[in-house]
Amino acid sequence: MSSDGMNSGGMKWRIGYIAFNTFREAVRDRVLYNLIAFALLLSGAAILVSQVSIDIERLVVVNLGLTAVSLFGVVIAIFIGIGLVSKEIDKRTLYTVLSRPVRRWEFVVGKFLGLTGTLVVNTLFMSFGVFLALLYVAHRFERMDGWVLVALYFIVLQFLIVCALALFFSSFSTPLMSAVFTFALFVVGSLAEDLRGFARIARGATGAVATAAAYLVPNFSALNVIGQVAHGDAIPARLILYNTAYALLYSAMAISGAVLIFQRRNLK
Amino acid sequence: MAAIEILDLEKSYRVGFWRSRIKPALRPLRLTIEAGEIFGFLGPNGAGKTTTLKLLMGLVFPTSGTARILGMEIDDPRVKSQIGFLPEQPYFYDYLSARELLNYYGQLSGVPAKGRAARVEQMLGRVGLSDAAGMQLRKFSKGMLQRVGLTQAILHEPKVVFLDEPMSGLDPMGRREVRDLIQQLRSEGKTVFFSTHILSDAEALCDRVGIIHQGELRGVGSVAELTSETQGKVEIIFYAERVPAGLTSLGAEARVSGEVVNAVLPEEQQDAALEVLRRERLRLISLAPVRSSLEEYYIQKLKPAESMTAEKPKEDNRKGAVV
Repeated sequence: MSSDGMNSGGMKWRIGYIAFNTFREAVRDRVLYNLIAFALLLSGAAILVSQVSIDIERLVVVNLGLTAVSLFGVVIAIFIGIGLVSKEIDKRTLYTVLSRPVRRWEFVVGKFLGLTGTLVVNTLFMSFGVFLALLYVAHRFERMDGWVLVALYFIVLQFLIVCALALFFSSFSTPLMSAVFTFALFVVGSLAEDLRGFARIARGATGAVATAAAYLVPNFSALNVIGQVAHGDAIPARLILYNTAYALLYSAMAISGAVLIFQRRNLK
Repeated sequence: MAAIEILDLEKSYRVGFWRSRIKPALRPLRLTIEAGEIFGFLGPNGAGKTTTLKLLMGLVFPTSGTARILGMEIDDPRVKSQIGFLPEQPYFYDYLSARELLNYYGQLSGVPAKGRAARVEQMLGRVGLSDAAGMQLRKFSKGMLQRVGLTQAILHEPKVVFLDEPMSGLDPMGRREVRDLIQQLRSEGKTVFFSTHILSDAEALCDRVGIIHQGELRGVGSVAELTSETQGKVEIIFYAERVPAGLTSLGAEARVSGEVVNAVLPEEQQDAALEVLRRERLRLISLAPVRSSLEEYYIQKLKPAESMTAEKPKEDNRKGAVV
Protein backbone atom coordinates (compact mmCIF):
# COMPACT_ATOMS: atom_id res chain seq x y z
CA MET A 1 0.00 0.00 0.00
CA SER A 2 1.15 3.53 -0.64
CA SER A 3 2.37 5.41 2.39
CA ASP A 4 -0.48 7.89 2.44
CA GLY A 5 -2.77 6.29 -0.06
CA MET A 6 -3.33 9.64 -1.79
CA ASN A 7 -0.18 10.38 -3.82
CA SER A 8 -0.40 11.83 -7.31
CA GLY A 9 0.72 8.60 -9.01
CA GLY A 10 -2.07 6.78 -7.22
CA MET A 11 -4.47 9.54 -8.23
CA LYS A 12 -4.01 8.81 -11.95
CA TRP A 13 -4.60 5.14 -11.33
CA ARG A 14 -7.67 5.78 -9.18
CA ILE A 15 -9.27 7.94 -11.88
CA GLY A 16 -8.44 5.20 -14.38
CA TYR A 17 -9.99 2.48 -12.19
CA ILE A 18 -13.19 4.53 -11.75
CA ALA A 19 -13.33 5.26 -15.49
CA PHE A 20 -12.86 1.60 -16.36
CA ASN A 21 -15.56 0.57 -13.90
CA THR A 22 -17.96 3.11 -15.45
CA PHE A 23 -17.19 1.72 -18.90
CA ARG A 24 -17.69 -1.83 -17.61
CA GLU A 25 -21.04 -0.85 -16.11
CA ALA A 26 -22.24 0.64 -19.42
CA VAL A 27 -21.17 -2.47 -21.33
CA ARG A 28 -22.80 -4.84 -18.84
CA ASP A 29 -25.96 -2.76 -18.74
CA ARG A 30 -26.14 -3.43 -22.48
CA VAL A 31 -25.69 0.18 -23.53
CA LEU A 32 -23.82 -0.99 -26.62
CA TYR A 33 -26.98 -2.81 -27.72
CA ASN A 34 -27.93 0.49 -29.38
CA LEU A 35 -25.42 -0.57 -32.05
CA ILE A 36 -27.88 -3.22 -33.21
CA ALA A 37 -30.58 -0.59 -33.79
CA PHE A 38 -28.02 1.61 -35.50
CA ALA A 39 -26.84 -1.21 -37.77
CA LEU A 40 -30.41 -2.10 -38.72
CA LEU A 41 -31.24 1.53 -39.48
CA LEU A 42 -28.13 2.12 -41.55
CA SER A 43 -28.19 -1.12 -43.50
CA GLY A 44 -31.89 -0.65 -44.26
CA ALA A 45 -31.26 2.91 -45.40
CA ALA A 46 -28.26 1.89 -47.54
CA ILE A 47 -30.23 -0.83 -49.34
CA LEU A 48 -33.18 1.52 -49.91
CA VAL A 49 -31.01 4.41 -51.12
CA SER A 50 -29.02 2.23 -53.51
CA GLN A 51 -32.26 1.25 -55.20
CA VAL A 52 -34.05 4.58 -55.48
CA SER A 53 -31.42 7.34 -55.57
CA ILE A 54 -29.55 8.61 -58.56
CA ASP A 55 -26.09 9.98 -57.80
CA ILE A 56 -27.00 11.15 -54.32
CA GLU A 57 -26.43 7.80 -52.56
CA ARG A 58 -23.27 9.05 -50.90
CA LEU A 59 -24.90 12.30 -49.75
CA VAL A 60 -27.85 10.48 -48.21
CA VAL A 61 -25.78 7.79 -46.48
CA VAL A 62 -23.29 10.28 -45.00
CA ASN A 63 -26.07 12.62 -43.85
CA LEU A 64 -28.20 9.87 -42.36
CA GLY A 65 -25.30 7.89 -40.91
CA LEU A 66 -23.60 10.82 -39.18
CA THR A 67 -26.89 12.25 -37.89
CA ALA A 68 -27.74 8.84 -36.43
CA VAL A 69 -24.27 8.58 -34.82
CA SER A 70 -24.78 11.99 -33.27
CA LEU A 71 -28.33 11.41 -32.01
CA PHE A 72 -27.70 7.92 -30.65
CA GLY A 73 -24.62 9.21 -28.82
CA VAL A 74 -26.31 12.31 -27.44
CA VAL A 75 -29.19 10.23 -26.07
CA ILE A 76 -26.71 7.86 -24.38
CA ALA A 77 -24.62 10.78 -23.09
CA ILE A 78 -27.66 12.46 -21.54
CA PHE A 79 -29.31 9.40 -20.05
CA ILE A 80 -26.17 7.90 -18.58
CA GLY A 81 -24.59 11.28 -17.80
CA ILE A 82 -27.44 12.42 -15.55
CA GLY A 83 -27.16 9.25 -13.46
CA LEU A 84 -23.37 9.06 -13.29
CA VAL A 85 -23.13 10.55 -9.82
CA SER A 86 -26.77 10.77 -8.69
CA LYS A 87 -27.31 7.03 -9.13
CA GLU A 88 -24.26 6.32 -7.01
CA ILE A 89 -25.65 8.58 -4.29
CA ASP A 90 -29.16 7.08 -4.47
CA LYS A 91 -27.86 3.52 -4.39
CA ARG A 92 -25.22 4.43 -1.80
CA THR A 93 -22.45 2.73 -3.78
CA LEU A 94 -20.60 6.02 -3.38
CA TYR A 95 -20.22 5.51 0.37
CA THR A 96 -17.81 2.63 0.01
CA VAL A 97 -15.84 4.50 -2.66
CA LEU A 98 -15.49 7.83 -0.85
CA SER A 99 -14.56 6.14 2.43
CA ARG A 100 -11.40 5.05 0.58
CA PRO A 101 -8.47 7.22 -0.44
CA VAL A 102 -10.50 8.70 -3.32
CA ARG A 103 -11.04 12.45 -3.57
CA ARG A 104 -14.45 13.61 -4.71
CA TRP A 105 -13.07 15.37 -7.79
CA GLU A 106 -11.23 12.18 -8.78
CA PHE A 107 -14.53 10.34 -8.64
CA VAL A 108 -16.33 12.90 -10.84
CA VAL A 109 -13.51 13.02 -13.39
CA GLY A 110 -13.24 9.22 -13.45
CA LYS A 111 -16.97 8.86 -14.07
CA PHE A 112 -16.82 11.46 -16.84
CA LEU A 113 -13.89 9.76 -18.55
CA GLY A 114 -15.61 6.37 -18.25
CA LEU A 115 -18.71 7.62 -20.01
CA THR A 116 -16.83 9.47 -22.74
CA GLY A 117 -14.73 6.32 -23.22
CA THR A 118 -17.93 4.33 -23.66
CA LEU A 119 -19.15 6.83 -26.24
CA VAL A 120 -15.84 6.76 -28.11
CA VAL A 121 -16.00 2.95 -28.37
CA ASN A 122 -19.66 3.20 -29.42
CA THR A 123 -18.77 5.80 -32.05
CA LEU A 124 -15.90 3.65 -33.35
CA PHE A 125 -18.31 0.79 -34.04
CA MET A 126 -20.84 3.16 -35.61
CA SER A 127 -18.15 4.77 -37.78
CA PHE A 128 -17.23 1.35 -39.05
CA GLY A 129 -20.92 0.90 -39.96
CA VAL A 130 -21.07 4.26 -41.75
CA PHE A 131 -18.02 3.39 -43.88
CA LEU A 132 -19.44 -0.06 -44.65
CA ALA A 133 -22.69 1.56 -45.82
CA LEU A 134 -20.68 4.05 -47.90
CA LEU A 135 -18.78 1.21 -49.52
CA TYR A 136 -22.05 -0.60 -50.19
CA VAL A 137 -23.65 2.33 -52.05
CA ALA A 138 -20.56 3.81 -53.75
CA HIS A 139 -18.62 0.52 -54.25
CA ARG A 140 -15.34 2.34 -53.48
CA PHE A 141 -13.85 4.95 -51.14
CA GLU A 142 -12.94 8.41 -52.39
CA ARG A 143 -10.48 10.94 -51.08
CA MET A 144 -13.27 13.18 -49.77
CA ASP A 145 -14.52 10.34 -47.54
CA GLY A 146 -11.61 11.21 -45.25
CA TRP A 147 -13.55 14.32 -44.14
CA VAL A 148 -16.23 12.00 -42.73
CA LEU A 149 -13.64 11.06 -40.10
CA VAL A 150 -13.32 14.72 -39.14
CA ALA A 151 -17.11 15.00 -38.82
CA LEU A 152 -17.08 11.93 -36.58
CA TYR A 153 -14.31 13.50 -34.49
CA PHE A 154 -16.45 16.63 -34.06
CA ILE A 155 -19.38 14.44 -33.00
CA VAL A 156 -17.18 12.92 -30.27
CA LEU A 157 -16.33 16.48 -29.17
CA GLN A 158 -20.08 17.15 -28.93
CA PHE A 159 -20.40 14.10 -26.68
CA LEU A 160 -17.69 15.47 -24.37
CA ILE A 161 -19.70 18.65 -23.87
CA VAL A 162 -23.06 16.87 -23.51
CA CYS A 163 -21.61 14.43 -20.91
CA ALA A 164 -20.06 17.30 -18.96
CA LEU A 165 -23.31 19.28 -19.02
CA ALA A 166 -25.36 16.27 -17.90
CA LEU A 167 -22.91 15.72 -15.06
CA PHE A 168 -23.02 19.41 -14.14
CA PHE A 169 -26.82 19.61 -14.00
CA SER A 170 -27.11 16.33 -12.13
CA SER A 171 -24.78 17.66 -9.42
CA PHE A 172 -27.56 19.93 -8.13
CA SER A 173 -30.77 18.86 -9.85
CA THR A 174 -33.02 15.83 -10.18
CA PRO A 175 -32.26 13.35 -12.99
CA LEU A 176 -35.40 14.37 -14.92
CA MET A 177 -34.66 18.07 -14.76
CA SER A 178 -31.00 17.40 -15.59
CA ALA A 179 -32.10 15.54 -18.72
CA VAL A 180 -34.44 18.38 -19.69
CA PHE A 181 -31.76 21.07 -19.13
CA THR A 182 -29.09 19.14 -21.01
CA PHE A 183 -31.33 18.33 -23.95
CA ALA A 184 -32.58 21.93 -24.10
CA LEU A 185 -29.00 23.19 -24.17
CA PHE A 186 -28.17 20.68 -26.90
CA VAL A 187 -31.04 21.97 -29.04
CA VAL A 188 -30.26 25.64 -28.37
CA GLY A 189 -26.54 24.99 -28.86
CA SER A 190 -27.26 23.36 -32.21
CA LEU A 191 -28.80 26.69 -33.24
CA ALA A 192 -25.95 28.73 -31.72
CA GLU A 193 -24.92 30.27 -35.06
CA ASP A 194 -28.49 31.52 -35.62
CA LEU A 195 -28.52 32.89 -32.08
CA ARG A 196 -25.27 34.72 -32.75
CA GLY A 197 -26.70 36.11 -35.97
CA PHE A 198 -29.74 37.36 -34.05
CA ALA A 199 -27.50 38.86 -31.35
CA ARG A 200 -25.64 40.86 -34.02
CA ILE A 201 -28.78 42.55 -35.32
CA ALA A 202 -30.65 42.90 -31.98
CA ARG A 203 -30.47 46.22 -30.15
CA GLY A 204 -30.63 47.29 -26.49
CA ALA A 205 -31.32 44.86 -23.67
CA THR A 206 -32.51 42.17 -26.07
CA GLY A 207 -29.20 42.41 -27.91
CA ALA A 208 -27.22 42.18 -24.66
CA VAL A 209 -29.19 39.13 -23.48
CA ALA A 210 -28.95 37.47 -26.89
CA THR A 211 -25.20 38.10 -27.05
CA ALA A 212 -24.69 36.69 -23.54
CA ALA A 213 -26.83 33.65 -24.35
CA ALA A 214 -25.11 33.13 -27.68
CA TYR A 215 -21.70 32.93 -26.05
CA LEU A 216 -22.85 31.02 -22.96
CA VAL A 217 -24.62 28.14 -24.70
CA PRO A 218 -22.33 25.48 -26.15
CA ASN A 219 -21.77 26.11 -29.83
CA PHE A 220 -22.83 22.73 -31.18
CA SER A 221 -23.52 24.20 -34.62
CA ALA A 222 -19.78 24.81 -35.10
CA LEU A 223 -19.24 21.15 -34.28
CA ASN A 224 -21.76 20.04 -36.86
CA VAL A 225 -20.09 19.71 -40.27
CA ILE A 226 -22.27 16.83 -41.46
CA GLY A 227 -23.75 18.84 -44.35
CA GLN A 228 -20.31 19.96 -45.54
CA VAL A 229 -18.70 16.52 -45.54
CA ALA A 230 -21.79 14.98 -47.14
CA HIS A 231 -21.14 17.31 -50.08
CA GLY A 232 -17.46 16.40 -50.03
CA ASP A 233 -16.31 19.83 -48.80
CA ALA A 234 -12.96 20.05 -47.00
CA ILE A 235 -12.78 21.04 -43.32
CA PRO A 236 -10.13 23.70 -42.55
CA ALA A 237 -7.39 22.66 -40.11
CA ARG A 238 -8.03 25.89 -38.18
CA LEU A 239 -11.60 24.78 -37.44
CA ILE A 240 -10.37 21.38 -36.19
CA LEU A 241 -7.97 23.11 -33.84
CA TYR A 242 -10.51 25.70 -32.71
CA ASN A 243 -13.26 23.13 -32.11
CA THR A 244 -10.90 20.85 -30.17
CA ALA A 245 -9.81 23.67 -27.87
CA TYR A 246 -13.40 24.91 -27.49
CA ALA A 247 -14.84 21.49 -26.61
CA LEU A 248 -12.06 20.72 -24.12
CA LEU A 249 -12.38 24.11 -22.45
CA TYR A 250 -16.17 24.06 -22.31
CA SER A 251 -16.36 20.54 -20.88
CA ALA A 252 -13.54 21.31 -18.41
CA MET A 253 -15.54 24.29 -17.16
CA ALA A 254 -18.74 22.24 -16.81
CA ILE A 255 -16.86 19.46 -14.98
CA SER A 256 -15.20 22.02 -12.70
CA GLY A 257 -18.65 23.37 -11.85
CA ALA A 258 -19.88 19.86 -11.11
CA VAL A 259 -16.84 19.21 -8.90
CA LEU A 260 -17.27 22.48 -7.00
CA ILE A 261 -20.87 21.63 -6.19
CA PHE A 262 -20.16 17.97 -5.42
CA GLN A 263 -17.25 18.85 -3.09
CA ARG A 264 -19.64 20.69 -0.76
CA ARG A 265 -22.51 18.27 -0.98
CA ASN A 266 -23.69 16.35 2.09
CA LEU A 267 -24.36 12.75 1.09
CA LYS A 268 -27.42 12.27 3.27
CA MET B 1 -3.53 5.59 22.53
CA ALA B 2 -6.85 6.90 21.24
CA ALA B 3 -7.92 5.49 17.89
CA ILE B 4 -10.91 7.80 17.50
CA GLU B 5 -11.39 11.16 19.18
CA ILE B 6 -14.67 12.90 18.51
CA LEU B 7 -14.46 16.50 19.65
CA ASP B 8 -17.83 18.22 19.89
CA LEU B 9 -18.87 17.02 16.48
CA GLU B 10 -22.23 18.50 15.58
CA LYS B 11 -24.51 18.30 12.57
CA SER B 12 -27.73 20.08 11.81
CA TYR B 13 -29.70 20.46 8.61
CA ARG B 14 -31.80 23.30 7.30
CA VAL B 15 -35.24 21.99 6.52
CA GLY B 16 -38.55 23.30 5.25
CA PHE B 17 -39.48 24.97 1.99
CA TRP B 18 -37.42 28.10 2.74
CA ARG B 19 -34.76 26.09 4.59
CA SER B 20 -35.32 28.36 7.52
CA ARG B 21 -35.88 25.72 10.21
CA ILE B 22 -32.81 24.05 11.72
CA LYS B 23 -33.10 20.38 12.55
CA PRO B 24 -30.30 18.94 14.68
CA ALA B 25 -29.17 15.51 13.53
CA LEU B 26 -26.31 15.23 16.00
CA ARG B 27 -25.84 17.42 19.05
CA PRO B 28 -22.23 18.15 20.11
CA LEU B 29 -20.68 14.73 20.57
CA ARG B 30 -17.52 14.14 22.59
CA LEU B 31 -16.26 10.60 22.69
CA THR B 32 -12.94 8.77 22.71
CA ILE B 33 -12.37 5.21 21.54
CA GLU B 34 -9.12 3.54 22.51
CA ALA B 35 -7.01 1.52 20.07
CA GLY B 36 -7.95 -2.14 20.01
CA GLU B 37 -11.33 -1.49 21.53
CA ILE B 38 -14.66 -2.76 20.24
CA PHE B 39 -17.13 0.03 20.77
CA GLY B 40 -20.87 -0.34 20.27
CA PHE B 41 -22.88 2.70 19.35
CA LEU B 42 -26.42 1.95 20.43
CA GLY B 43 -29.62 3.75 19.78
CA PRO B 44 -33.01 3.43 18.15
CA ASN B 45 -33.54 4.15 14.47
CA GLY B 46 -33.01 7.82 13.69
CA ALA B 47 -30.96 8.42 16.85
CA GLY B 48 -27.93 9.83 15.03
CA LYS B 49 -25.75 6.71 14.69
CA THR B 50 -25.48 6.80 10.90
CA THR B 51 -24.99 10.58 10.92
CA THR B 52 -22.03 10.14 13.27
CA LEU B 53 -20.51 7.50 11.00
CA LYS B 54 -21.07 9.60 7.88
CA LEU B 55 -19.39 12.56 9.57
CA LEU B 56 -16.40 10.40 10.44
CA MET B 57 -16.25 9.07 6.86
CA GLY B 58 -16.38 12.57 5.38
CA LEU B 59 -19.65 11.82 3.60
CA VAL B 60 -21.37 14.71 5.33
CA PHE B 61 -19.67 17.80 6.72
CA PRO B 62 -19.96 18.86 10.37
CA THR B 63 -21.79 22.04 11.33
CA SER B 64 -19.15 22.43 14.03
CA GLY B 65 -16.56 20.41 15.91
CA THR B 66 -14.02 17.96 14.58
CA ALA B 67 -12.73 14.43 15.01
CA ARG B 68 -9.41 12.67 14.81
CA ILE B 69 -8.76 9.12 13.70
CA LEU B 70 -5.36 7.67 14.64
CA GLY B 71 -4.29 11.19 15.55
CA MET B 72 -5.14 12.64 12.12
CA GLU B 73 -7.97 15.06 11.39
CA ILE B 74 -10.86 13.38 9.56
CA ASP B 75 -10.33 15.59 6.51
CA ASP B 76 -6.69 14.49 6.31
CA PRO B 77 -6.50 12.38 3.11
CA ARG B 78 -4.12 9.90 4.80
CA VAL B 79 -6.88 8.76 7.17
CA LYS B 80 -8.79 6.99 4.42
CA SER B 81 -6.16 4.34 3.79
CA GLN B 82 -6.23 3.39 7.49
CA ILE B 83 -9.97 2.89 7.85
CA GLY B 84 -12.60 0.48 6.59
CA PHE B 85 -16.31 1.19 6.39
CA LEU B 86 -19.42 -0.94 5.99
CA PRO B 87 -22.50 1.24 5.39
CA GLU B 88 -25.96 0.26 6.60
CA GLN B 89 -27.73 -2.08 4.17
CA PRO B 90 -24.92 -1.79 1.65
CA TYR B 91 -25.60 -1.89 -2.05
CA PHE B 92 -22.77 -2.74 -4.36
CA TYR B 93 -22.24 -2.59 -8.11
CA ASP B 94 -24.45 -5.56 -8.89
CA TYR B 95 -23.10 -6.01 -12.41
CA LEU B 96 -19.77 -7.05 -10.89
CA SER B 97 -18.86 -10.39 -9.41
CA ALA B 98 -17.68 -10.53 -5.79
CA ARG B 99 -14.13 -11.05 -7.06
CA GLU B 100 -14.31 -8.06 -9.43
CA LEU B 101 -15.83 -5.83 -6.76
CA LEU B 102 -13.17 -6.65 -4.19
CA ASN B 103 -10.44 -6.21 -6.78
CA TYR B 104 -11.88 -2.75 -7.65
CA TYR B 105 -12.01 -1.72 -4.01
CA GLY B 106 -8.52 -3.09 -3.52
CA GLN B 107 -7.33 -0.90 -6.40
CA LEU B 108 -8.99 2.19 -4.94
CA SER B 109 -7.56 1.46 -1.49
CA GLY B 110 -4.04 1.21 -2.87
CA VAL B 111 -3.55 -2.53 -2.29
CA PRO B 112 -0.49 -3.28 -4.47
CA ALA B 113 -1.23 -5.07 -7.76
CA LYS B 114 1.24 -7.74 -6.79
CA GLY B 115 -0.56 -9.89 -4.29
CA ARG B 116 -3.94 -8.16 -4.71
CA ALA B 117 -5.58 -11.10 -6.44
CA ALA B 118 -4.26 -13.49 -3.78
CA ARG B 119 -5.52 -11.17 -1.03
CA VAL B 120 -8.98 -11.06 -2.63
CA GLU B 121 -9.14 -14.86 -2.84
CA GLN B 122 -7.96 -15.19 0.74
CA MET B 123 -10.64 -12.80 1.96
CA LEU B 124 -13.35 -14.51 -0.08
CA GLY B 125 -12.31 -17.79 1.48
CA ARG B 126 -12.36 -16.27 4.95
CA VAL B 127 -16.05 -15.33 4.61
CA GLY B 128 -16.98 -18.55 2.82
CA LEU B 129 -17.63 -17.01 -0.58
CA SER B 130 -14.96 -18.79 -2.63
CA ASP B 131 -17.53 -20.82 -4.52
CA ALA B 132 -19.61 -17.75 -5.41
CA ALA B 133 -16.65 -15.49 -6.22
CA GLY B 134 -17.39 -15.37 -9.94
CA MET B 135 -21.14 -14.85 -9.60
CA GLN B 136 -22.65 -11.43 -10.25
CA LEU B 137 -23.70 -9.69 -7.04
CA ARG B 138 -27.27 -9.23 -8.31
CA LYS B 139 -27.68 -12.96 -7.69
CA PHE B 140 -26.44 -12.77 -4.09
CA SER B 141 -28.68 -13.16 -1.03
CA LYS B 142 -28.75 -10.43 1.60
CA GLY B 143 -26.51 -12.43 3.90
CA MET B 144 -23.97 -13.00 1.14
CA LEU B 145 -23.98 -9.27 0.31
CA GLN B 146 -23.36 -8.45 3.94
CA ARG B 147 -20.36 -10.78 3.92
CA VAL B 148 -19.05 -9.08 0.79
CA GLY B 149 -19.62 -5.77 2.58
CA LEU B 150 -17.60 -6.84 5.57
CA THR B 151 -14.86 -8.16 3.33
CA GLN B 152 -14.53 -4.88 1.40
CA ALA B 153 -14.27 -3.05 4.73
CA ILE B 154 -11.25 -5.04 5.89
CA LEU B 155 -9.66 -6.00 2.56
CA HIS B 156 -6.91 -3.37 2.79
CA GLU B 157 -6.10 -4.27 6.40
CA PRO B 158 -7.30 -1.02 8.00
CA LYS B 159 -6.45 -0.23 11.61
CA VAL B 160 -9.91 1.12 12.41
CA VAL B 161 -13.11 -0.47 11.12
CA PHE B 162 -16.50 1.27 11.13
CA LEU B 163 -19.57 -0.91 10.74
CA ASP B 164 -23.06 0.56 10.46
CA GLU B 165 -25.68 -1.97 11.62
CA PRO B 166 -23.60 -4.96 10.47
CA MET B 167 -26.15 -7.51 11.72
CA SER B 168 -29.22 -5.77 10.38
CA GLY B 169 -31.51 -8.04 8.41
CA LEU B 170 -29.37 -11.13 8.86
CA ASP B 171 -30.64 -14.53 9.95
CA PRO B 172 -29.23 -16.06 13.18
CA MET B 173 -26.51 -17.89 11.21
CA GLY B 174 -25.49 -14.74 9.40
CA ARG B 175 -25.39 -12.80 12.64
CA ARG B 176 -23.21 -15.46 14.19
CA GLU B 177 -20.78 -15.22 11.27
CA VAL B 178 -20.57 -11.46 11.59
CA ARG B 179 -19.98 -11.78 15.33
CA ASP B 180 -17.17 -14.25 14.70
CA LEU B 181 -15.61 -11.91 12.19
CA ILE B 182 -15.72 -8.96 14.59
CA GLN B 183 -14.14 -11.14 17.25
CA GLN B 184 -11.40 -12.07 14.79
CA LEU B 185 -10.79 -8.36 14.20
CA ARG B 186 -10.45 -7.90 17.95
CA SER B 187 -7.85 -10.67 18.10
CA GLU B 188 -5.95 -8.93 15.28
CA GLY B 189 -5.79 -5.80 17.44
CA LYS B 190 -8.07 -3.69 15.25
CA THR B 191 -10.35 -1.00 16.61
CA VAL B 192 -13.98 -1.60 15.74
CA PHE B 193 -16.68 1.05 16.01
CA PHE B 194 -20.06 -0.37 15.19
CA SER B 195 -23.57 0.90 15.43
CA THR B 196 -26.45 -1.36 16.24
CA HIS B 197 -29.85 -1.45 17.81
CA ILE B 198 -29.53 -5.16 18.63
CA LEU B 199 -28.47 -5.15 22.27
CA SER B 200 -27.53 -8.80 22.53
CA ASP B 201 -24.93 -8.32 19.79
CA ALA B 202 -23.44 -5.35 21.61
CA GLU B 203 -23.43 -7.25 24.90
CA ALA B 204 -21.65 -10.20 23.33
CA LEU B 205 -19.03 -8.22 21.45
CA CYS B 206 -18.33 -4.80 22.88
CA ASP B 207 -15.82 -3.61 25.41
CA ARG B 208 -17.80 -0.41 25.84
CA VAL B 209 -21.03 0.99 24.56
CA GLY B 210 -22.39 4.48 24.01
CA ILE B 211 -26.12 5.16 24.00
CA ILE B 212 -27.35 7.80 21.60
CA HIS B 213 -30.90 9.08 21.36
CA GLN B 214 -32.40 12.02 19.49
CA GLY B 215 -28.93 13.05 18.33
CA GLU B 216 -27.60 13.20 21.88
CA LEU B 217 -25.11 10.92 23.59
CA ARG B 218 -26.92 9.75 26.71
CA GLY B 219 -24.21 7.66 28.28
CA VAL B 220 -21.03 5.63 27.87
CA GLY B 221 -20.09 2.61 29.86
CA SER B 222 -18.07 -0.57 30.02
CA VAL B 223 -20.18 -3.60 29.15
CA ALA B 224 -18.38 -5.77 31.71
CA GLU B 225 -19.15 -3.33 34.52
CA LEU B 226 -22.70 -2.68 33.43
CA THR B 227 -23.55 -6.34 33.27
CA SER B 228 -21.69 -7.40 36.42
CA GLU B 229 -23.53 -5.04 38.73
CA THR B 230 -25.78 -7.08 41.01
CA GLN B 231 -29.20 -5.80 41.93
CA GLY B 232 -29.51 -7.31 45.44
CA LYS B 233 -31.70 -10.11 44.14
CA VAL B 234 -31.17 -13.78 43.46
CA GLU B 235 -32.80 -16.06 40.94
CA ILE B 236 -33.65 -19.59 42.05
CA ILE B 237 -34.65 -22.24 39.53
CA PHE B 238 -35.95 -25.60 40.74
CA TYR B 239 -38.15 -28.54 39.73
CA ALA B 240 -41.76 -28.16 40.89
CA GLU B 241 -45.22 -28.04 39.37
CA ARG B 242 -46.41 -25.16 41.60
CA VAL B 243 -44.86 -22.38 43.65
CA PRO B 244 -44.46 -23.43 47.33
CA ALA B 245 -46.48 -21.21 49.68
CA GLY B 246 -43.39 -20.61 51.86
CA LEU B 247 -41.60 -19.00 48.97
CA THR B 248 -44.40 -16.57 48.18
CA SER B 249 -44.37 -15.36 51.77
CA LEU B 250 -40.66 -14.51 51.35
CA GLY B 251 -41.59 -11.95 48.67
CA ALA B 252 -40.56 -14.05 45.66
CA GLU B 253 -41.82 -13.25 42.19
CA ALA B 254 -42.22 -16.71 40.69
CA ARG B 255 -43.48 -18.21 37.46
CA VAL B 256 -44.08 -21.86 36.60
CA SER B 257 -43.03 -23.20 33.26
CA GLY B 258 -43.94 -26.89 32.90
CA GLU B 259 -42.12 -28.68 35.70
CA VAL B 260 -39.71 -25.84 36.39
CA VAL B 261 -40.21 -22.84 38.66
CA ASN B 262 -38.23 -19.64 38.26
CA ALA B 263 -38.29 -17.38 41.32
CA VAL B 264 -36.62 -14.04 41.97
CA LEU B 265 -36.37 -12.82 45.57
CA PRO B 266 -34.29 -10.46 47.75
CA GLU B 267 -30.74 -11.64 48.41
CA GLU B 268 -31.27 -11.67 52.19
CA GLN B 269 -34.06 -14.23 51.76
CA GLN B 270 -31.79 -16.66 49.92
CA ASP B 271 -31.14 -19.02 52.90
CA ALA B 272 -34.78 -19.03 53.92
CA ALA B 273 -35.79 -19.89 50.34
CA LEU B 274 -33.33 -22.79 50.25
CA GLU B 275 -34.75 -24.01 53.54
CA VAL B 276 -38.25 -23.99 51.98
CA LEU B 277 -36.98 -26.12 49.06
CA ARG B 278 -35.30 -28.58 51.47
CA ARG B 279 -38.43 -28.84 53.52
CA GLU B 280 -40.60 -29.44 50.48
CA ARG B 281 -37.97 -31.92 49.09
CA LEU B 282 -37.68 -29.99 45.80
CA ARG B 283 -34.67 -30.37 43.51
CA LEU B 284 -32.63 -27.22 42.93
CA ILE B 285 -31.43 -26.50 39.39
CA SER B 286 -29.58 -23.21 39.89
CA LEU B 287 -29.16 -20.22 42.15
CA ALA B 288 -27.50 -17.06 40.87
CA PRO B 289 -27.45 -13.34 41.62
CA VAL B 290 -29.55 -11.21 39.26
CA ARG B 291 -27.26 -8.91 37.27
CA SER B 292 -27.98 -5.72 35.41
CA SER B 293 -28.45 -6.19 31.71
CA LEU B 294 -27.44 -3.90 28.93
CA GLU B 295 -31.10 -3.67 28.08
CA GLU B 296 -31.90 -2.08 31.42
CA TYR B 297 -29.09 0.43 31.01
CA TYR B 298 -30.26 1.18 27.48
CA ILE B 299 -33.87 1.73 28.49
CA GLN B 300 -32.80 3.87 31.41
CA LYS B 301 -30.72 6.04 29.09
CA LEU B 302 -33.50 6.44 26.61
CA LYS B 303 -35.78 7.95 29.22
CA PRO B 304 -36.23 11.73 28.95
CA ALA B 305 -33.34 13.67 30.48
CA GLU B 306 -35.46 15.27 33.18
CA SER B 307 -36.44 11.92 34.69
CA MET B 308 -32.78 10.92 34.80
CA THR B 309 -31.56 13.82 36.89
CA ALA B 310 -32.66 12.16 40.13
CA GLU B 311 -30.66 9.03 39.30
CA LYS B 312 -26.91 8.59 39.23
CA PRO B 313 -26.27 5.64 36.94
CA LYS B 314 -22.87 4.08 36.70
CA GLU B 315 -20.79 5.65 33.98
CA ASP B 316 -17.32 5.45 32.63
CA ASN B 317 -16.24 9.06 32.64
CA ARG B 318 -12.66 8.29 31.75
CA LYS B 319 -13.30 7.77 28.07
CA GLY B 320 -16.59 9.44 27.31
CA ALA B 321 -18.94 12.04 28.56
CA VAL B 322 -22.62 12.54 28.85
CA VAL B 323 -23.45 15.61 26.83
